[in-house]
Amino acid sequence: MSSAPAPVSVLKVDALTKRFGGLSAVKELSMDVKAGALYGLIGPNGAGKTTIFNLLTGVYSPTEGTIVFKGTSVAGLKPYEITKLGVARTFQNIRLFADMTVLENVMTAHHIRSRQFLIDAVIGTGRHQREERETRDKAMELLKIFDLDSVAGELATSLPYGNQRRLEIARALATEPSLLLLDEPAAGMNPQEAVDLMNLIKWLRDEFSLTILLVEHNMKVVMGICERIQVIDYGKSIALGTPDEIQKDPAVIEAYLGGA
Amino acid sequence: MSLTRKVIYIAIGLVILLGLNQVFEHGLGDFQINGYYARIVNLIGIAITLAVSLNLINGLAGQFSLGHAGFMAVGGYSATYVTVFHGQQIAGLIGSSLGEVAGSALVMPISLVVGAIAAAAAGLVVGVPSLRLKGDYLAIVTLGFGEIIRVIILNIPAVGGATGFTNTTPITNFFWIFSMAILTIIIVANIRSSTFGRALSAIREDEIAAEAMGINTTRYKVMAFVISAALAGVAGGLSGQLFANPLNPQNLNFVKSIEVIVMIVLGGIGSITGAVFGAATITILPEALRDVDRQFPGMRMVIYSLLLILLMIFRPQGLLGRKEFSLDWFRRKKAAPAPPAAGGDTDV
Ligand SMILES: Nc1ncnc2c1ncn2[C@@H]1O[C@H](COP(=O)(O)OP(=O)(O)OP(=O)(O)O)[C@@H](O)[C@H]1O
Ligand SMILES: [Mg+2]
Repeated sequence: MSSAPAPVSVLKVDALTKRFGGLSAVKELSMDVKAGALYGLIGPNGAGKTTIFNLLTGVYSPTEGTIVFKGTSVAGLKPYEITKLGVARTFQNIRLFADMTVLENVMTAHHIRSRQFLIDAVIGTGRHQREERETRDKAMELLKIFDLDSVAGELATSLPYGNQRRLEIARALATEPSLLLLDEPAAGMNPQEAVDLMNLIKWLRDEFSLTILLVEHNMKVVMGICERIQVIDYGKSIALGTPDEIQKDPAVIEAYLGGA
Repeated sequence: MSLTRKVIYIAIGLVILLGLNQVFEHGLGDFQINGYYARIVNLIGIAITLAVSLNLINGLAGQFSLGHAGFMAVGGYSATYVTVFHGQQIAGLIGSSLGEVAGSALVMPISLVVGAIAAAAAGLVVGVPSLRLKGDYLAIVTLGFGEIIRVIILNIPAVGGATGFTNTTPITNFFWIFSMAILTIIIVANIRSSTFGRALSAIREDEIAAEAMGINTTRYKVMAFVISAALAGVAGGLSGQLFANPLNPQNLNFVKSIEVIVMIVLGGIGSITGAVFGAATITILPEALRDVDRQFPGMRMVIYSLLLILLMIFRPQGLLGRKEFSLDWFRRKKAAPAPPAAGGDTDV
């Protein structure tokens, strides 16, 4: 064990605090997520999980503390800057581009790597046409993985709920992230859909060499696929370990039973 | 489309426009176009430029601007100023190397470029601070901006002040009006179907998600706003040098901005063909109702408002919604009784 090279940290969070007026939604949080990990973040309602995601992705800037992604401090950066560095996310309350097609939703990610200028699009240069073709092809490939290629031309919001969640993951992947944050991806899915999603997430991690941070209330999903789990309660980290360790942890049991 | 094909299309288009221009200005044999109709057609062309350009920021990017008349004024006065005070010089300068005909013909496009740049600069100054903020700040700031511009113009005697810029030469013609209208349509349509257009639509739909997709929302909003302003400036330059419609600060207040908004709302916000249709309707309607007005004075505005109210009640998304008008609608309707809405979406 000790002779194997320790995996590098992709994400290192230290003493992270976020206060909304008098309320500390996140308190003195530390995290260390290694490359290739499938890392679960759980906790009762209102524990601060989504707020942590919003801090990691620049939606909020931290009140205190540091966030280092692959050696770069990202605390206080704009969301689009953080996305460009390789962090992508989905949202707890789905935020698809409603009036755009499934394909267009995924294609929006393209312009991060776009090398064309506005004038290319306006006069329709070869570079523009080539990029459009490539973007479309790449987006279709991603949609195929999620079995959404047959509905590529439909409006995003016309999809059933479960597929909207999966489309959000496809759209996030289109930004070509190395760290993917999933906020309750199995919410609203039936048990079979949740199991399928679980397998898909695992497969995506290996296929795209991702590091995945997962917030999920469905314990079967979390315990089934996460290698490490951190438990948050009232903005504080109360436990960190393997699924087995977490399930036996008295503080965790107390937090969940106390909250129920 | 290959480059040669594009060049051929452009050449054919220009020839057609020049031919029509000839008919408009000098008639064809015995045939003369009624000056009143010619004027309405020209005003429709200018309205198309205004409506389609406003659609870029209001329809596509979803940012509610009330400043279109202001940018029209900036562009219009700048362009007209160039022609009135420097037109002779420009014509002489170009004429000495390219010939007299080219010299006088190029005054118009040069004045339009100046108008576009001036309006774009104004767009940048207004857009950068207000587009950073979310919500309705843009509407408020652009409304204020339009009024400020109007008051500034009122106090510049060189451009006529309150009486308007009336000592202008009417060099706007059918050719320039419709070249600019078509150019505007092409620019907006091509932006919309590109990665920039998708970024703008994403911003309209959900700014937080758009940022999470790596889109610098402020930058894209400012970009769309500046292009929209520049094109409004072109429309101003055209209308300021159209003899029938000299510049007057009174005609370029926020009521004008709202008129352009009505055009795009009528046609279906976000739809380019809808904007064209709205521009034509809103220009023609008051004229068509003129006869009614002669019999029942004041009736015109009543009917006009009533029609708009009825439309908004029965079709709040505008006539075309977000769809584009296409001949396929008729073909598909015959083939299958599927609603036309499905047609536009599936072949993306
Ligand atoms: N923008 C905000 N302003 C004020 N309070 C906020 C804001 N965002 C979150 N909060 C508060 O922070 C706390 C943590 O919320 P958060 O959404 O992060 O919880 P969560 O763990 O994601 O809960 P859930 O499991 O229900 O999604 C809650 O008390 C919430 O009301
Ligand atoms: Mg949450």
